[in-house]
Amino acid sequence: MKKKKILCVDDSASVRQMVTFTLEQAGYDVVSAVDGRDAIQRLQATPVDLIVTDLNMPNLDGIELVRQVRTMPAFKFLPIVLLTTESEETRKQDGRAAGATGWIVKPFKQDQLLAVVKRVLG
Amino acid sequence: MIVGTDPAETFRQEAADLLAQLEGALLDLEAVPEDRSLVDQAFRALHTLKGSGAMFGWEALAAFTHHIESTFALVRNGELKVTRDLVSLTLAAADHIRVLLDRPESADHLRGEALLASFRDLTGAAGQSHQDASKPTAKSVAPSSERVFRIRFRPGRNVLAFGCNPLLLLGELRALGTCTVLPITDAVPTLEEMEPTDCLVAWDVLLTTSATRSALDEVFLFVADQSEVGISEIPLEDSSAAGRRLGEILVERGDVAPADIDEGLGRQERLGTLLVKSGKVSEDRIASALGEQRHLREANKARETTVSGATIRVPAERLDSLMDQVGELVIAQARLMQVAMADANPLLKSISEDIERLAAELRDTAMGIRMLPIGTLFGRFRRVVHDLSRELGKAVELTTAGEETELDKTVIECLNDPLVHLIRNAVDHGIEDAARRVAAGKPEGGRVHLSAVHSGAQVLITIEDDGHGLDRAAIRAKAEERGLLQPGQEVGDAELFACIFQAGFSTAAAVTNVSGRGVGMDVVKRTIDGLRGTIEVTSAIGEGTAITLKLPLTLAIIDGLLVRVGDERYVVPLSAVEECVELTRLEDSRSGGRSFLNIRGEIVAFIRLRRLFETPGEPEVIQKVVIVTLGETRIGLVVDQVIGQHQTVIKSLSRMHRDLDGFSGATILGDGAVALILDVPHLIKFARDREATVRTP
Repeated sequence: MKKKKILCVDDSASVRQMVTFTLEQAGYDVVSAVDGRDAIQRLQATPVDLIVTDLNMPNLDGIELVRQVRTMPAFKFLPIVLLTTESEETRKQDGRAAGATGWIVKPFKQDQLLAVVKRVLG
Repeated sequence: MIVGTDPAETFRQEAADLLAQLEGALLDLEAVPEDRSLVDQAFRALHTLKGSGAMFGWEALAAFTHHIESTFALVRNGELKVTRDLVSLTLAAADHIRVLLDRPESADHLRGEALLASFRDLTGAAGQSHQDASKPTAKSVAPSSERVFRIRFRPGRNVLAFGCNPLLLLGELRALGTCTVLPITDAVPTLEEMEPTDCLVAWDVLLTTSATRSALDEVFLFVADQSEVGISEIPLEDSSAAGRRLGEILVERGDVAPADIDEGLGRQERLGTLLVKSGKVSEDRIASALGEQRHLREANKARETTVSGATIRVPAERLDSLMDQVGELVIAQARLMQVAMADANPLLKSISEDIERLAAELRDTAMGIRMLPIGTLFGRFRRVVHDLSRELGKAVELTTAGEETELDKTVIECLNDPLVHLIRNAVDHGIEDAARRVAAGKPEGGRVHLSAVHSGAQVLITIEDDGHGLDRAAIRAKAEERGLLQPGQEVGDAELFACIFQAGFSTAAAVTNVSGRGVGMDVVKRTIDGLRGTIEVTSAIGEGTAITLKLPLTLAIIDGLLVRVGDERYVVPLSAVEECVELTRLEDSRSGGRSFLNIRGEIVAFIRLRRLFETPGEPEVIQKVVIVTLGETRIGLVVDQVIGQHQTVIKSLSRMHRDLDGFSGATILGDGAVALILDVPHLIKFARDREATVRTP
């Protein structure tokens, strides 16, 4: 079967690295972007099966990214997972309203990430 | 992007950058306290420090930074002003974070506490509501026994637009335990009115699981706010639950009022049909409630059997006769199906289908009863090895694995002698004496490992020793001496090792009490052939030998592929079939006399069964090739027609026909005719031999 491709969007290199490492170990293909704007550009070049994105990023934040992705016809039904923290409850709700599929609360362990990815990606 | 393999190291570098960013933003803020983008920048730096810190093992740093971040969240929301005090306090905090980052062990806790206290003074009342939100909620994972949950899940119409796939959630539930999923489609409108991007189906799920309630909530975490999710536990202790009536279940679920039930019971029709007719409840709901009834009944049954764990002893011959009768039933059912297919009566067809299903279930159950764990056999071999190692003066230990692997009783009975022989061989020939072992750098005591494992419809039994391995040169010499191989003929390991199963083949220099007479291996081979099994040998010089017996799970009934050649029908064991392809007349003529077929770039030899069986008449215009495999080898069998899958009850051939090569048995078809069962290993060997004769002029 073809490997599922996941776009990981975070301005923190260590988080990107951790997410990439974890998902690649689990057999997914991972592309990463440093912020929302970068993510949109990458999406136009390569379609993906899932987006995992941080909320707070320079240039284009996670919520605006979700909003813009949902307006792209090809990604109307694409699962999008937010990386949030407990203190961001209202931001999380904003993300939900914009069309995010689910969320992972930081800090998270590798298996928590994989469980959520499996839930939305199958 | 920072390149490195250790995320922790990456974090350390990144955190240093973030701290620098934070300091820069703070110093700028001192000059322009109103600049929102600077506040955002400081917040983001703190936020990432906290989030990543906790993930990469800097818990103290994360906990400390959390409080500073909370303060800046207030600033960002306009609840707190940027002051000179705040800036200098945060700069001091940044210094503390740096210490926590670089030398966490030497960090001064009191200093940290003092800093946090100053922050609390500064934020005052504004910060109260935001304090201590960081404590991770402790997960209570109390071990619990199996419980039954009723889950009613009606996803919101728009969940698909949120990238959610409800089927994945149902899949997740299935993974948690025994699950009955029942769809509710009453909200689905007609095709013209349907919006294809809406999710209109709902599901009732009955789940018997040892998972906690919170684990179930967790599954629906992302959709809970848009969907109706009702999870309730159905008490199993309640003895009446076993016999719960449809009406009780419907009332308890709130689908029907008790009065409606009473009214329904007053009449003489089945309650479910009645309620649907009267329009009180939809057909789906009844189906779902009936599904629940069934699920609960089974959950209770499972519970009872685990409580009693009852077994009974039954004489073996009764099982044998049960199996015979099931075999007859399968044959009779095949006849019934044939009659039903030829007849236009739909009622007959439906009965025939019911019987087919029941017969298949009965067959599986009856075969299950005959299964025995192979451990009963393994136990005996410990003694065999013990006695042998005494006799031969070698210290040999027997280890076993997979004792719980189940095999048909008759197969197990036939396996005793071959296994004893193989183990004797391993101890006597395989394992070296202590002096030679030590010289080869091996432990003094030898080891024989006996293991069994399921693999598809087969059981693999492996006898492994850590001795000196098979001597290829000696086998080769002996094989040439006996004329089994031509001098100079190139053969692979498989073919070379196959020689050791020839009658009278021994390379042992001295005949001992135990082995070396060359009697036995051929008997082993014949027994395994008789069980329709195969033998594989692998060996490495100095490391040992492994002999693997591949055996079918059962002898009585197999799934077969029914094919036709001329007027005769034959059965190919389905486990050996890989695929069926067409052989057009054109390809046929093009293949000439070579009998090779190109299948997706791979050359596969084929045998014309028509020619092999000397079938009279003309072949079909488009003949079929059934590709069969045995281990690594693939060959094609050219037939006139592939009829289809057939449950094959194996009957052994009469004494007169027993020595026929190429057939392993016979079966009776639905119309009473007899079909021979093709012996695939033999046919493959035939093809291989023919290939060899073609190659060697």
